[in-house]
Amino acid sequence: MIQTLQAKFRTCSVTGLKVNRDSELLIKANAVIAVVCLLVGALAAFGLVLTRWQAIHLLPADWFYRFLTLHGLNMLIFFIIFFEMAVLYFAGPVLLNSRQPAPKIAWASFGLMVIGMLLVNTMVLTGNADVLFTSYPPLRAHPVYYLGIILFAVGALVVTGLFFASLVVAKREKSYSGSIPLVSFGALTAAIIAAITLVHGAMTYIPTFLWSLGYMELDPQVYRLLFWALGHSSQQINVAAMVALWYFLGAVTVGGVVLNEKVSRTAFILYILFISMASAHHLLVDPGFGPAWKVWNTSYAMYLAVLASMVHGFTVPGGIEMGLRLRGYTQGFFGWLRKAPWGDPGFSGLMLSLVIFGFLGGITGVTIGTEQINIIVHNTMRLPGHFHATVAGGTALSFMAATYYILPLIFQKRVSFWPLAKIQPYLFGGGITTMAMAMIYMGIFGVPRRLWDTSFSNAPFSVEFHPVVWVTQTIFGIGGLLAATGALVFVIIAVATVFFGKPLTPESIAKSASGIPQGILKLPPQIYSGSEVQNVHERGAKGTVILVFIFLGCFVLYYFVNWKILSFVWKVG
Amino acid sequence: MSESDKSMHSGLLAVEGVWWKAIPKQEKLWITIAFIWCLILFAMMPLWHMRGGQNPSGIRAKVTPAEYVERVERFVEDYKVGEDNGFPVVEPPAGAHIYLLARMWQWYPVLKLKKNTKYILHLSSADINHGFSLFPLNLNFQVVPGYDYGLKVEPNQSGDFRIICNEFCGIGHHTMVGKVIVID
Ligand code: HEM
Ligand SMILES: [Cu+2]
Ligand SMILES: [Cu+2]
Repeated sequence: MIQTLQAKFRTCSVTGLKVNRDSELLIKANAVIAVVCLLVGALAAFGLVLTRWQAIHLLPADWFYRFLTLHGLNMLIFFIIFFEMAVLYFAGPVLLNSRQPAPKIAWASFGLMVIGMLLVNTMVLTGNADVLFTSYPPLRAHPVYYLGIILFAVGALVVTGLFFASLVVAKREKSYSGSIPLVSFGALTAAIIAAITLVHGAMTYIPTFLWSLGYMELDPQVYRLLFWALGHSSQQINVAAMVALWYFLGAVTVGGVVLNEKVSRTAFILYILFISMASAHHLLVDPGFGPAWKVWNTSYAMYLAVLASMVHGFTVPGGIEMGLRLRGYTQGFFGWLRKAPWGDPGFSGLMLSLVIFGFLGGITGVTIGTEQINIIVHNTMRLPGHFHATVAGGTALSFMAATYYILPLIFQKRVSFWPLAKIQPYLFGGGITTMAMAMIYMGIFGVPRRLWDTSFSNAPFSVEFHPVVWVTQTIFGIGGLLAATGALVFVIIAVATVFFGKPLTPESIAKSASGIPQGILKLPPQIYSGSEVQNVHERGAKGTVILVFIFLGCFVLYYFVNWKILSFVWKVG
Repeated sequence: MSESDKSMHSGLLAVEGVWWKAIPKQEKLWITIAFIWCLILFAMMPLWHMRGGQNPSGIRAKVTPAEYVERVERFVEDYKVGEDNGFPVVEPPAGAHIYLLARMWQWYPVLKLKKNTKYILHLSSADINHGFSLFPLNLNFQVVPGYDYGLKVEPNQSGDFRIICNEFCGIGHHTMVGKVIVID
């Protein structure tokens, strides 16, 4: 009996964690499918960039909109959610040292998600769902499209249920003592939000499915409300999962610490409390809702979810700074940053994700989600500019960074093409930053999102954009190509490692062989004690304090400049 | 001081004992300032409703697409002054209700307005969602079928403006451009 139980586990030679085989296989399967979806999304991204870049204008109109649908779904929904499923299996059974509850159900839900994904993609590619990922009715797709989304969502809902079950199992079987680790707590937040989100998903897609079959009526405005209750809450899952991975990566790459458990955990709870209000900031210039509803909801009840992100924006870099100071990198304000392992893609990916998400995604997001400022932003290129900074430069990049650790830890492989892996986060992060900034700039000049022909050559009246738009388009094109190449390079590295990678052995670690991130070569201390701790703790994270005040300065400036721009346009009310 | 106060750990470790501890002073400072900033962000919106000139409030009502199309036709009959590129040009008097129709793939009709004059601009759709984007001002509103969005507008400059559709509305989306002329 004990023998068979033991056969279900291996002990990780790096972290000492007991890893059970079921969870491990589930992590592998979900991660592999996630990467396949990322590949589809990245290939579509090449088509989008090369078409919106008017000088090239590659695809015909129907294929542009089809690729746009494909890209939105495979990136935002399939890649991200399959990866999050892997994160849940990791943060649950693996980090808590416990067994996988109901592995058969776990595989069944994985199957459901894959079938759903395949149905949706088939419908899109056969031209049966040219509705973009938002599918606003009365725009109508083939019923199988909606069915595919429902199957996918049901599968995901079951996986979140299994994650909750793994917490219960671990607690009952005492596989850990005390409170669950912060990283698992963050994943728990993501799972709770996911469960709420998926309920909204059912409320949106089941009626839409019935409507597509002709069984009921659908109000287009109510759909928009419910769709964004789903669509934005799912972004909150991404944020929670990303922040959990920031803490994870901070710990494994440089021995980052938790400054204060109370602060970090409370911040996670704020995310849960205010997500269902997030739908509002997609509806700020919609006809169906009044100003009081818009103001209260778009602010998540006075911006408490924003406060949560600003708190993590301090505690994550602060914890990294403190960890590095505890390890002796104490020079000046930024000695810890200068000495940090920038050649480790786990670390560089983490830091770029943090900066891109905060400075570019966060500041623009809060600003354009302001009720009145949204008037000069809604549905312009500023929108994709903003959310590529959050969800691509932030979430997707943090997932990539984590993958460089998951490959050795879970797949037990050395990362292939290691020199390429070292620059991949810079390529992808730099590309996304360039593209997003160019999109934002074009949007300020009124260039719409989701548009095949920016020259409007077949329209009854000519549209002459400011000449700077065409310069910006070139920058957008270059940034977009770099980003899509960065994503492709990531896919190649991940696939090559999984299928052809060299095994991670104790000997290869001892020899510091290529393809082993430095946190795996030698795991930094995860706990620090002694008199030194008191001293360092007392002095705090001085560098981070400076960084967050620079952040606040940028935020205030960008925010008020936008009010100023708004004040110039026609009076409207 | 207990042993655990002297140690620090990463987010990968389960936490023993009580973790509800006092917040260190740097974090306290940041949380306080961030919270105040959040309150300012919030206060700006009601403030702009009271003092600012641009708000998306509008007069909001439900209307069936058929009713709305009929209302637009009456509006065009009442105030038509010419034609431009096959579209009627309509010049309503100051203070009038303007009815603009979005449909695949046109903005109907062409509007002729006076500078520094107030109008109420109604937006709705005959078919699916569209996006009203006044170019080059960059004033944007969602146009939803079944809903009438009546916005008080006051042009503050004269010239030739365009209405771009910025919500995906099918294969002809990129041809959906309308026109607004503002005269002194
Ligand atoms: C790999 C690099 C990427 C490039 C070059 C890229 C490029 C683009 C472009 C050009 C558009 C069209 C903008 C428009 O015309 O409205 C777009 C849309 C979009 N992208 Fe990306 N993107 C990338 C990665 C991602 C990632 C990682 C995600 C999410 C995880 C993502 C999510 C989206 C979404 C949701 C849309 C909107 C689709 C719609 O409007 O229906 N993208 N992207
Ligand atoms: Cu349209
Ligand atoms: Cu359109």
